[in-house]
Amino acid sequence: MGHGAGGALTEEIVRIARAAFSSRYLDAALDSAVLPPTEGRVAFTTDSYVVRPLFFPGGDIGRIAVCGTVNDLAVVGARPRFVSCGLILEEGLSFDSLERVLASMAEAAREAGVEIVTGDTKVVEKGHGDGLYVNTAGIGSVPPGLDLSGSGIEGGDAIIVSGTLGDHAMTVMSLRESLGFESSLRSDAAPLNGLVAALLESGARVRFMRDLTRGGLAAGLHELADLLGASLEIDEDALPARSEVLALSDILGIDVLSMANEGKIVAVVASGDEERALEAMRGHRYGRDAAIVGRVVAAPSLCPRAGGAERAGPRPGADIGAARVRMRTSSGGVRIVARPSGEKLPRIC
Amino acid sequence: MCVAAPMRLVSVEGEVGQAELGGVTRKVSLALLPDAAIGDYVLVHAGFAIGKVDEEEARLTLEAIDAISDKREASGGTDDGPGA
Amino acid sequence: MAPAHEAFRDKELLRRLLGSIAEEASRLGPVRLMHVCGTHERSVGRFGLRSLLPRNVRIVAGPGCPVCVCPASDIRAARKLALRPNAMLASFGDMLAVPAPGGSLLDARAEGAEVRVVYSAYDALALARENPGKEVVFFSVGFETTTATTAAVLSSLGQGAKAGTAPHNFSLISSNRVVPPALEALLSPRRGATDEAPAIPAVDGLVLPGHVSVIIGTEPYRPLAERLGIPCAISGFEPVDLARGILDLLKQIGSGRAQVSNVYTRAVLPGGNERARALISEVYDTADATWRGIGRLAGTGLVPKPAYRSFDALAKFEVGTEVGSDDEATGCLCAAVMLGTAESEDCPLFGGPCRPESPAGPCMVSDEGTCRIRYEYGGAR
Repeated sequence: MGHGAGGALTEEIVRIARAAFSSRYLDAALDSAVLPPTEGRVAFTTDSYVVRPLFFPGGDIGRIAVCGTVNDLAVVGARPRFVSCGLILEEGLSFDSLERVLASMAEAAREAGVEIVTGDTKVVEKGHGDGLYVNTAGIGSVPPGLDLSGSGIEGGDAIIVSGTLGDHAMTVMSLRESLGFESSLRSDAAPLNGLVAALLESGARVRFMRDLTRGGLAAGLHELADLLGASLEIDEDALPARSEVLALSDILGIDVLSMANEGKIVAVVASGDEERALEAMRGHRYGRDAAIVGRVVAAPSLCPRAGGAERAGPRPGADIGAARVRMRTSSGGVRIVARPSGEKLPRIC
Repeated sequence: MCVAAPMRLVSVEGEVGQAELGGVTRKVSLALLPDAAIGDYVLVHAGFAIGKVDEEEARLTLEAIDAISDKREASGGTDDGPGA
Repeated sequence: MAPAHEAFRDKELLRRLLGSIAEEASRLGPVRLMHVCGTHERSVGRFGLRSLLPRNVRIVAGPGCPVCVCPASDIRAARKLALRPNAMLASFGDMLAVPAPGGSLLDARAEGAEVRVVYSAYDALALARENPGKEVVFFSVGFETTTATTAAVLSSLGQGAKAGTAPHNFSLISSNRVVPPALEALLSPRRGATDEAPAIPAVDGLVLPGHVSVIIGTEPYRPLAERLGIPCAISGFEPVDLARGILDLLKQIGSGRAQVSNVYTRAVLPGGNERARALISEVYDTADATWRGIGRLAGTGLVPKPAYRSFDALAKFEVGTEVGSDDEATGCLCAAVMLGTAESEDCPLFGGPCRPESPAGPCMVSDEGTCRIRYEYGGAR
């Protein structure tokens, strides 16, 4: 693939994309997709994907690009509808790889029930762009009255994850050749709007949801704690995880809580509605291993955002009990769950 | 860097073996454990097997802990030493 | 995990051991135990063990992090070698971000040096074989557990050199350290009496590193018990292992004994790993060495023997001990944390300006660094 902006090469890429996505909006070939009006509030999200390697067991950059955007819409209660696709390709990327990625995006979009309606491609010189970068943005519609912002969270509310943690991170990590590991792990990349719909339709009072990606469950819990000034406690014995992920956690010294996922959500459900929520989630193919992993401990402050110059680490001399996010360990002890920091696994998603 | 996980040797070819834990396998050097055999549990550090885990000794250790604690619970008295 | 390994994390067994610990501790005043292995601190943190101990029993982290004690002079030498034309520096990932006066290895990379992360000495050698046009220098850091692996590689290179098959483009900076003589020196009451030499204040017992001991066995620690009168317990890394080690130490203290107990018998033999020890002594001579923030400790360094001099990067490239600043970041308490004279949480920088993504000192960089581990898991009760 050669370098080019406009011209025969870009036309060829656009032709391939149109064939893969079969959208009348793309076929209309306007500068913008002009979409029908939507009911309810419009949810809008975007994300960029830089994962290396591009292809891995369970998925590829295309699949996570579509699923990630679909999931970000789903967890705010939106029905995902339209997605954009921005590609930055490195000169030298094979057409075969490109076609595989686009086919993967099309399949993920079909599964999620969304349409890829607009896009862009650029080709950069070799040595920049590491093969391929993808950006997706997505639009969805949020029904009136649905509030997943976390207001209304109370002490005792259940913290639920939709399935096993760390599958994506450890799958990609295993492929970083120098480690020499082999396992049957697969990325969990999946569109979760169906799962979320099942959960919301179950009648369980869902207060809050997050898509768990980079930074893992630890990041999701800290977002919740920050947003609401809540304190949370989770139970290590309750965390769902495959044996391979646990083994790699031990071998590599990486905390399962900080491992990236591409097909998992965390939800806070009102105390009393847990069983209903679990039943709905476990009835869905992407929620079979859903589990309660902990509880909201302290009623959140009424201030909507904790913000400010709070130090990320425990304060000097601070009791673990004072930490916002804690975990009861498999030994029966207690430890803090730190904000994930730095990047042990760069280019993970 | 003391991190070393116990893994089971599933294959041995000269000075190199494959070790397994929880479904994950990896290549390990046996340069430091020339007499390691398939089925042995070894501690793996930085890609090398550094020592064997003696399963029988592990069992005896666990029994010793069990015995101390049981004895304590039964008699409410003082413990013996923890054992070798 | 094999059933036996799971058992060493068993909550019920641990609970019963904790009961015994509480009983022993109730007969004692305040007890200050020290471990000297980052992986022990990580186990303590990860399992929340401090929250389970009686109030009068404290476990303090000692100098258990080989990356943290690697002196700035070695980092300077590594940078110098990395910045040579056609050079490739192979290093454990931990070392890259370690701040040092004059810059880190990451800074060297930004200045154009080729610095590659490796997970073992073998990987570093493989880089040399794959890149015949480059001079590959392996920045070898570690305590005895890791030293054994580097010795195995050097030994095979030595044989290769005789056969004419060893690569000519591989050498290493030997920054490995030896633990027992360092502990003897740092815990010696004579040293403690001198204001100038940093020392470890008296401890009531030592939890000794399980995997270092897999290599060296039990004998090298005897002077700690017999000469310095410090109760010692060689412990593994699972919660049950640590609890047994602590219980053993409390019993020793209670009965006025001081011996080296082996509480990790499933992995540690009295003679250690004889093959590993033989390889280490075949390849290395001991020497005096500098520990960052602590100073020079006799017999704690390892230098390739004359027969292996061609693989000694400092000799091969005639890089001397670089004179330069050893000043640490203002306020960084890493040295004090390593000696157990301060807790991470006492450091004014901890958790604020000093975090894993913006470390002020090595203790926040390394996976074995006390501050890093405290940041991840909490430390204070």
